[in-house]
Amino acid sequence: MARTLVNVPETARAGEIIEIKAMIAHPMETGHRVDAKGATIPRNIINRFECVYDGATVFAADLYPAVSANPFFSFTTVATRSGAIRFIWTDDQGAVETASAEITVT
Amino acid sequence: MVGPALEDNYPLIGRRRFLLTSGGALLAAVFTRPALARLTVQEALAVFANGAEIKEGRIRLEIPPLVENGNLVGATVTVDSPMTEADHVKRIALFNEKNPQADMAVFHLGPRAGRAEVSTRLRLATTQVVTAVCEMSDGGFWASKAHVIVTLAACVETL
Repeated sequence: MARTLVNVPETARAGEIIEIKAMIAHPMETGHRVDAKGATIPRNIINRFECVYDGATVFAADLYPAVSANPFFSFTTVATRSGAIRFIWTDDQGAVETASAEITVT
Repeated sequence: MVGPALEDNYPLIGRRRFLLTSGGALLAAVFTRPALARLTVQEALAVFANGAEIKEGRIRLEIPPLVENGNLVGATVTVDSPMTEADHVKRIALFNEKNPQADMAVFHLGPRAGRAEVSTRLRLATTQVVTAVCEMSDGGFWASKAHVIVTLAACVETL
């Protein structure tokens, strides 16, 4: 569906609070704009974002048209164990995009 | 029912009655117009908090007071919380005053977040007040507001 960009520290100490950044290329069409012929451009936005790490959703967001195009989030989580941090975006048309980043926890 | 004769005898009641009914009609007209059919901030907050009391404080909304481009307004929300199993932030929501829709974003957090701090980028249709609200694990709601002046609006441009 779209290009994603995630930023996760490569290594962290157990218990350390790490900052995660995630972005996806998406127009976030609001459904409020009209085209040259005056017809409304149908809404198509990413409406849900989730970050899954160590067996649980550690962060999630419900999005509305007021979130900018190419939605970006920065949030934190506690480093628990080495493994993949997965990112899941879902848009209005049901399209799902995923990304993953590995972290080594010492 | 009060008949017309009685209203003539009590012109004040008649006028009050007229104002009430015409005010109601005006309200109905306003709320049925699609362009204005959005929740007010107060209504959206009541839906989010499920009617619970929302207090001022504990949450901080950092957003530039003056932005040139309403399409890309960086916002950071921080909540004063230890983020432990017993005391943490469950949800953070952002609401606006004058966009076509009051809701902006809802973030779901938990003790595994470590810190209650979230950043994102928002669209603002015009100069307005943005409200950030958080729901704590003890069921309390806290809110904070920030006024943003927008010189170039989002949402309203045509292609």
